[in-house]
Amino acid sequence: MSGAARALFTREWRIARRVGGGASVGAVFFLILVTIMPFALGPDLNLLARIGPAILWIAALLAALLGLDRLFQGDADDGSLDVLVNASLPLELVVLVKCAAHWASSALPLVIVSPLFGLMLAMEARPLALVALSLVAGTPALTMIGAIGAALTVSLRRGGLLMAVLVLPLAIPVLIFGVSAASAASGGYAPFLTPFLMLCAISLFAVAAAPFAAAAALRHVRE
Amino acid sequence: MRLSARDIAIERGGRSILASLSFEARGGAALVLVGPNGAGKSSLLRAIAGFLPLAAGAFALEGGASEASIGEQAHYLGHADALKSALTAGENLAFWAGALGSDSSSGAWRGALQRLGLGHVADFPVGALSAGQKRRVALARLLVAPRPLWLLDEPTTALDAAAQGLFAGIMREHLAAGGLIVAATHAPLGLEGAATLVLGASSRVAA
Repeated sequence: MSGAARALFTREWRIARRVGGGASVGAVFFLILVTIMPFALGPDLNLLARIGPAILWIAALLAALLGLDRLFQGDADDGSLDVLVNASLPLELVVLVKCAAHWASSALPLVIVSPLFGLMLAMEARPLALVALSLVAGTPALTMIGAIGAALTVSLRRGGLLMAVLVLPLAIPVLIFGVSAASAASGGYAPFLTPFLMLCAISLFAVAAAPFAAAAALRHVRE
Repeated sequence: MRLSARDIAIERGGRSILASLSFEARGGAALVLVGPNGAGKSSLLRAIAGFLPLAAGAFALEGGASEASIGEQAHYLGHADALKSALTAGENLAFWAGALGSDSSSGAWRGALQRLGLGHVADFPVGALSAGQKRRVALARLLVAPRPLWLLDEPTTALDAAAQGLFAGIMREHLAAGGLIVAATHAPLGLEGAATLVLGASSRVAA
């Protein structure tokens, strides 16, 4: 079973690296979102530094959603999903491994570049570190919640927008605790640890529960 | 090994596709599904694989692994090739061997590709192959992970005459080893002594 999981992770990783630039496109989209904020808000450095964590989190949320609608659709289109359903891995584990590969190939690069992009918002060193830390803890929840949306919309031709409509409301708790943990060092209302631990709890819950929801949706939608 | 269906009924979108269908297939024999377009050949194969719920009846596979479902003992080869065009033929096959719980070393999948006459394209991306070559890579999946029941939906689509003969030989070998084949097709598969199940207005088993 671990051999099958490793084979699936390797395959997903390779596809992510080869098709459409994979991780770099998500990071560039993230960069563009962060860059256009000062154009809309004006060159007030104090304001930018204060709301910087929120900007980075919203940009990361949207960038993380970007590639998620294809999470299962590619496999459904080319028939791979039919074979995966009857492979030696339970479908729940297939979902979990695909999400892990997707997180490593598209969300992790966002976390890594976030301190760099935060510099453009005139943020200090400590808030930058907290943003990266909160993104590490929060992005797994975004990927797993997105996987449920991706599974529900797998049979729709243009399901990307519907998926975003389904997923974004569910991502609100992640956003609340993520931003409040990240802005603890830049004039936030809460200390760092409490929202950070809530964020970790949400991610752990999502990792444990979402594979079952997404696998059930995949089984049901394909009938 | 024996696959039996008792009083199967399949509905899709509220429309009855197959009703009170019973048949039996024994290891070492092939069952060929024929019938006009829309007769329910693909639906029947997908139902055996466990992708479609049955409105009535049940399938049973005797003589297999009792704890695995029928689908987990079957290779389902549908209209789509289940290949990723960004990966090479070898990477695709190594993945399926691993995911299906079999030997994913390069010796195993190279042997399967060579059986289908594709040894020279193992390191090409599947996206660069022709339709017939893709089909042959998909057929090689049947060889990299041994499973007793093969569910084939138009398996010889896009294959040239030589490849069809090659695949007929592979199917005969599978049957000789006690395997089971259920295939939906319009073209003859080159299997002697295969039972034919005619689907359509009145489903019946012909000799």
